[in-house]
Amino acid sequence: MTALLTIIVIILVGIAIWQMTKIFELSQIGTSNTQIANDSDNKYNGYLMVAFLIFLYGITIFSFVKYTKTLLPEAASEHGSEYDALMLASMLVIFFVQTITQFLLHFFAYKYRGEKGKKALFYADNDRLEFIWTIIPVIVLSGLILWGLYAWTNIMDINDEDDPLTIELYAQQFSWTARYAGDDNVLGDANVRMIDIDKANVLGIDNSDPNAMDDIVVKEVHLPVGRKVNFKIRSQDVLHSAYMPHFRMQMNCVPGMVTQFSFTPTITTAEMRQKPDVIDKVNGINKLRAERAANGEDNSDPWEFDYVLLCNKICGKSHYNMQMKIIVETEEEYNKWIESQQTFGKSIAAQQ
Amino acid sequence: MSVTANAHVEDHSGDHGHHHKETFVTKYIFSQDHKMIAKQYLITGLIMGALGILMSVLFRMQLAWPGESFAIFEAILGKWAPGGVMDADVYLALVTIHGTLMVFFLLTAGLSGTFSNLLIPLQIGARDMASGFLNMLSFWIFFVACIIMLASLFLEAGPAAAGWTVYPPLSALPMAQPGSGLGMTLWLVSMFFFIVQSLLGSLNYIVTVINLRTEGMSMTRLPLTIWAFFVTAIIGVVSFPVLLSAALLLIMDRSFGTSFFLSDIFIQGEVLHYQGGSPVLYEHLFWFLGHPEVYIVILPAMGIVSEVMAVNARKPIFGYRAMIASILAIAFLSTIVWGHHMFVSGMNPFLGSVFTFTTLLIAIPSAVKAFNWITTLWKGNIQFNPAMLFSIGMVSTFISGGLTGIILGDSTLDINVHDTYFVIAHFHLVMGISALYGMFAGIYHWFPKMFGRMMNKNMGYVHFWVTAVCSYGVFFPMHFVGMAGVPRRYYENTAFPMFDDLADVQVLMTVFAIVAALVQLVFVYNFIKSIFYGVKASQNPWKATTLEWTTPVKHVHGNWPGALPVVHRWPYDYSKTHENGEYIIPTQDFVPQDVPLFEDEDELQH
Repeated sequence: MTALLTIIVIILVGIAIWQMTKIFELSQIGTSNTQIANDSDNKYNGYLMVAFLIFLYGITIFSFVKYTKTLLPEAASEHGSEYDALMLASMLVIFFVQTITQFLLHFFAYKYRGEKGKKALFYADNDRLEFIWTIIPVIVLSGLILWGLYAWTNIMDINDEDDPLTIELYAQQFSWTARYAGDDNVLGDANVRMIDIDKANVLGIDNSDPNAMDDIVVKEVHLPVGRKVNFKIRSQDVLHSAYMPHFRMQMNCVPGMVTQFSFTPTITTAEMRQKPDVIDKVNGINKLRAERAANGEDNSDPWEFDYVLLCNKICGKSHYNMQMKIIVETEEEYNKWIESQQTFGKSIAAQQ
Repeated sequence: MSVTANAHVEDHSGDHGHHHKETFVTKYIFSQDHKMIAKQYLITGLIMGALGILMSVLFRMQLAWPGESFAIFEAILGKWAPGGVMDADVYLALVTIHGTLMVFFLLTAGLSGTFSNLLIPLQIGARDMASGFLNMLSFWIFFVACIIMLASLFLEAGPAAAGWTVYPPLSALPMAQPGSGLGMTLWLVSMFFFIVQSLLGSLNYIVTVINLRTEGMSMTRLPLTIWAFFVTAIIGVVSFPVLLSAALLLIMDRSFGTSFFLSDIFIQGEVLHYQGGSPVLYEHLFWFLGHPEVYIVILPAMGIVSEVMAVNARKPIFGYRAMIASILAIAFLSTIVWGHHMFVSGMNPFLGSVFTFTTLLIAIPSAVKAFNWITTLWKGNIQFNPAMLFSIGMVSTFISGGLTGIILGDSTLDINVHDTYFVIAHFHLVMGISALYGMFAGIYHWFPKMFGRMMNKNMGYVHFWVTAVCSYGVFFPMHFVGMAGVPRRYYENTAFPMFDDLADVQVLMTVFAIVAALVQLVFVYNFIKSIFYGVKASQNPWKATTLEWTTPVKHVHGNWPGALPVVHRWPYDYSKTHENGEYIIPTQDFVPQDVPLFEDEDELQH
């Protein structure tokens, strides 16, 4: 159906183009055929400039009205709210400048469209004007740079203050694994050379390292709300990128080195599901999925909101489906969950 | 009807007086004439660009209707689209080759190669490039690069598919994906030739601009096109060799077992021997070229737009010296901002701070340029030739796309939009579409100079307006897709239910993209038809001041049949008047550069 609609649209556009060419040509009967713009070309294209400006504003408004509800919900991490504030400020600057400059550009194009006999103004220079539009960006950008750098330094300052939880994120083609540091909160040494798939040591953990014994390897990340988490990130094969859009978090996974990122989750999964905009988004999506289910299509089960970890660096064929669920919960729920997980020490003991 | 200066005819054209015996081969194939080489670059570049656009249509269809079967997929992709459903590997290959073709082959070689070759000698008043032979060599090396790149499309395992940045280890390990086998080898070899041609070309441009300017053509009388090409060539010479080293080291890692970029890798059940290298090193080397590269793409477009805008607004470009200063500032800054592609690569966060600072600085010269263009339109007498429309369109997309750079250049804000569709929307507008508009402006404007005929203006209008609407139709909503968190280079977004409500945006963008691609056929038809049947051009159809329009319509070897023109003024004396309001030359609103100053005329208006 969509394919048919598209074909129809394309055909109609083709006809429109053909007709437009005709109209342009008919509007020029009687003039000499030099293929150089004449007064009537200038007039029509001047009007089209205004029409285009309206289109530009129109598509902006249309996109905002229609697509704002698809955007990410509020940040679910501590630094995330700072991120959102800076984003909002930058967006305001951008839209202010965009609205004005596009207006000037297209309006001038319309207003000063050429006419035979009209004289353009020989206006080659004005130091004061140029100074003004150099200094204004300098001031605005200085503000944004300082704010951004301040936030960046805070976000990237990864330390062991406030008793952070240490978790390793481990990437491979095409799945994620996480490793909790356990009771000692220290990750055991690991290297790809110690991977032993037969013994279920997929992360290459050094089984002679005492710190490794209490480590817990899982396929789903649970985080206690309000506690800082330090992620240590590794990859075993190619570049990946650990992307958690809801927490405004992203860091590449680089084979041969450990990268890190730290944040404090502030909203539990259960709380997030109750936010009005999340409810809206989920309802909207489930409506689409219900339609698909009615048509008997796959991948149409109702969806429930969850935080998710995506891969955001091209990593091969199934790059598009490399994900892991993240659950933010209360301290008690988290403790209960982590208790129920098997430590690395126990799992190798079970192997032997 | 333009007044030309005949007072300065001196015969220093003696060595060009004789006629070279020209055969078909020396005239059309192994030509050393810069005008012919420009045309060769243009047509080769356009063919590569057309392929790139076709690929984008294919993968946009996959994104809009994931997993659906299309006869066209089966027809074009064959075994890579079993039953007409595109395979995930070939999706990545299409994305990769699309990027490579558009960035390097169309917008670097096709844009800069065409117009630097055509305009440098013509606008500075030289008989040809400093070395016609090197110039010919650089085109043919480019041609070899094209052939190798195209050949890689027909490999059993498919072409390179690691993204146009070909980050190792994905690009280094044949077991990581099928495209990293022979396809990647050919990609690297092709790029090797590409870099060589780019260096030969750039050195030639630099030498020509420095040494072969005609009498009176001081640096501050150069048209802005030449300034842009000149500075572009310098950036190319500075940065392309670094890409060559990255490519060489990657070839070593792939074929000779070295570990420059690889370490600690376990793939498909075995540990590889690589130890001690770092993919981050590759990223530094790649982006040391990669970022200047986007300015290599956009600066020529800026130069062309400045020139076309002044001609068609019948006004001098506003702030000529500020325009030159901003070209230089952009060029300088462009070489020290590459790290903004790597904020989340794992490099030291302090470096991120430094690169944020330098990156946002680059917004200042860019803003100056945008404001100067807008002021150039103010109180003009704007002639809406197709080239002018594309120039105005370029300023519009450059502003729209440039502004979002404020977000991406800020290391903090980059965290969450890095590698999402927000980036795609940003760079397609600011360097893809803008550079393409610059290129179209150049083609429509200098077509009469290249082929001696005019392009049809009505088809030009249709071409512009439909393209302009569709470009925004594709890339404006795309920002929202990125802000919703959709990563780039995903074969389909259906694995994440949270992206389900973006499916209709994808369809909207794809329909706009298909229409945009189709309307380029109008351009192709116009271009080809006009070469053979276009209206014959007059010598100076746009009433421009620059020297290329003082040459005869019919191309002659050495460009000017007699002596070289002598330059007496800057290139932007449009609508210049005496104090009494009369044009300098009565009944003519422009004064060509080779007209001497009149007695009561001031030169220094700029």
